[in-house]
Amino acid sequence: MTEGSGFALTCPLPGGEGDVIELAHGGGGLLMHRLIDRVFRPAFAASPSDLVHDGAVLDIGGSRFAFTTDSYVVRPLFFPGGDIGSLAVNGTVNDLAMCGAQPLFLSAGFILEEGLPIEQLHQVVASMRAAAETAGVRLVTGDTKVVEHGKGDGLYVSTTGIGSLRAGVAPTPQRVRPGDAVLLSGDIGRHGIAVLAAREGLGLEGEIASDSAPLAGTVMELIDAEIDLHCLRDPTRGGLATTLVEIAEAAGVEIRVDESAIAISEPVRGACEILGLDPLYVANEGRFIAFVPPNTAEQALSILRRSPQGADAAIIGCVEPSRGRGVVLNGLIGGARVLDMLSGEQLPRIC
Amino acid sequence: MKYIDEFRDAALVRRYRQSIARITTRPWTMMEICGGQTHSIVRHGIDQLLPPGVSLLHGPGCPVCVTPAESIDMAIAIAGEAGVTFCSFGDMLRVPGSDGSLLAAKARGADVRMVYSPLDALRIARETPSREVVFFAIGFETTAPATAMAVAQAARDGIENFSLLVSHVLVPPAIEALLSTPDNQVQGFLAAGHVCTVMGYREYEPIARRYRVPIIVTGFEPLDLLQGIYLCLRQLEEGRAEVENQYSRSVRRDGNRTAQELMRRVFTVQRQRWRGIGEIAASGLGLTAEYARYDARVRFGQNRTASEPPTECIAGMILRGLRKPLDCPAFGTRCTPERPLGATMVSSEGACAAYYRYRRHMADSGRVVSR
Repeated sequence: MTEGSGFALTCPLPGGEGDVIELAHGGGGLLMHRLIDRVFRPAFAASPSDLVHDGAVLDIGGSRFAFTTDSYVVRPLFFPGGDIGSLAVNGTVNDLAMCGAQPLFLSAGFILEEGLPIEQLHQVVASMRAAAETAGVRLVTGDTKVVEHGKGDGLYVSTTGIGSLRAGVAPTPQRVRPGDAVLLSGDIGRHGIAVLAAREGLGLEGEIASDSAPLAGTVMELIDAEIDLHCLRDPTRGGLATTLVEIAEAAGVEIRVDESAIAISEPVRGACEILGLDPLYVANEGRFIAFVPPNTAEQALSILRRSPQGADAAIIGCVEPSRGRGVVLNGLIGGARVLDMLSGEQLPRIC
Repeated sequence: MKYIDEFRDAALVRRYRQSIARITTRPWTMMEICGGQTHSIVRHGIDQLLPPGVSLLHGPGCPVCVTPAESIDMAIAIAGEAGVTFCSFGDMLRVPGSDGSLLAAKARGADVRMVYSPLDALRIARETPSREVVFFAIGFETTAPATAMAVAQAARDGIENFSLLVSHVLVPPAIEALLSTPDNQVQGFLAAGHVCTVMGYREYEPIARRYRVPIIVTGFEPLDLLQGIYLCLRQLEEGRAEVENQYSRSVRRDGNRTAQELMRRVFTVQRQRWRGIGEIAASGLGLTAEYARYDARVRFGQNRTASEPPTECIAGMILRGLRKPLDCPAFGTRCTPERPLGATMVSSEGACAAYYRYRRHMADSGRVVSR
């Protein structure tokens, strides 16, 4: 939206899509993007490049900083591989890292539901502290509010973070160009399936743990190795497919991906087969995609492989000039298909 | 993954593709019944591996797609009643009735829950005796036994705050209905492997004889589908019309007798309206007198027979194999998964949703060229 075009909140969504917020508006898919485009961006964006990323890069007194905020409403509060506290720290650390920034300081806002056992709050806070130490950030300010019983799922957390950027580091989709290699930092689908299994009591054989982890350390290693990071993005809500589609659209390119190069662990594949979910659309909380010049791809890959949880890192595809299709997946049996954004959340199929 | 990867082996796929090309001498039209097969075919590009002139039509086997709008309207009305917890398979939540979907009802405050099994709904009823828990029982013979099990357990355990909005449908009457229409183009069927896992395939044998069509009980992985297509083409080329079982690792001729017995106890066969297709005799299930008190229609006084509002949606033609999604003028423009005109665009098993997801960008530019 350009400046001076006016701002009105009348009928932000066209008729037929409902006049109330549905869960799908928070699913990371098409409906959420429309909500941002039609409600938030007209209200807040000063230029077309504002509000297009999970983090903003700001120039303050000649230094560049990354600034981001995120809210966490995961249910259950504790799940294999993490909890709402570690997730809230790692998620915001990762949003900063995806801007190419070294995370420095976080704030945390707590919305607590009347009746929440204080012991649970202790556990969450201890987990946040441990995650912050691991990621090398300090939690420096916060806020607490309590809502009536029944008005919140026990506990919601919002974190805001700030990080510093070195000169010359500017990963954005706009810098993605044909020829770039696409790297993925590990296997996918663990977080979404871990939370789903814990929430629904699916009783899957073998516990699947969330991949929730801070990514800034690995990103800094790539920067230290002077790899020109054209674009970084963590495939959280909406999964790998949605993230790739977003980048292809923003960059105006075609991304070709090899399905066989994408690592998916056996338990995650099994759970997805049973539930009728496509792992390409399942959330991750400790993985990222990097677009780098082809001549640095192998060096970047060896850095990713050495990182924690990076054993399955791989070059999963390459960037080509746009043919109007966005992301094309070369399938396992030789065919190819276009990957698309889902409209809302994935719903398990019936049989 | 064991038992999956073997059926996605690229080298074997190439071999089957060659075998199919070798035995095919003329154009043939087959139909896969099940929406799960449709998605697998479109996702893996199986139809693009077939010789020119050999085409696959997509059948009515998407349970969400054929659930009539009035059932969804009743579901929304029941879900809106005070004290009701309404449980449904996730797939059903987004499908529009004549006015809105269950997800929209949930957003307005109705207690709508997504469950993976009718037994989960029964568990909710057991744990919350103060609520009336209603399960939206849809699907083919694959899901019907689980519904039957939930009702039988409710009756056994005396759980009375549990009821069902039943909209189950049966495959063989739909196949007969398709074959009886004068404009039928289908020359052979891939029958749904999971339906036959429950029901066996004896009931398909008279259909194959009477209508002179080969029927191949087929699985869902790429190699299952290619083998099913191969067997069907071989029969067509040889002038045979028999029932053959490709999915023998799961299906027996008699099926699962325990499940069938339970279904017979709980359900009675009745007329059923199919969305986009119309009424088909003896193609649906209702509760027998013994279990009639679990009928949510009776409990909540809901019995609608609203006719479907006219739209430009051609889902009915698609479900009968007369058109393909890309033939629809509204496809991808006035009808998308966010703003569907018909259920085939919403359900994860719907043919239009499969084409929207995997083929939309190829509508004008032909096939995606594989490496």
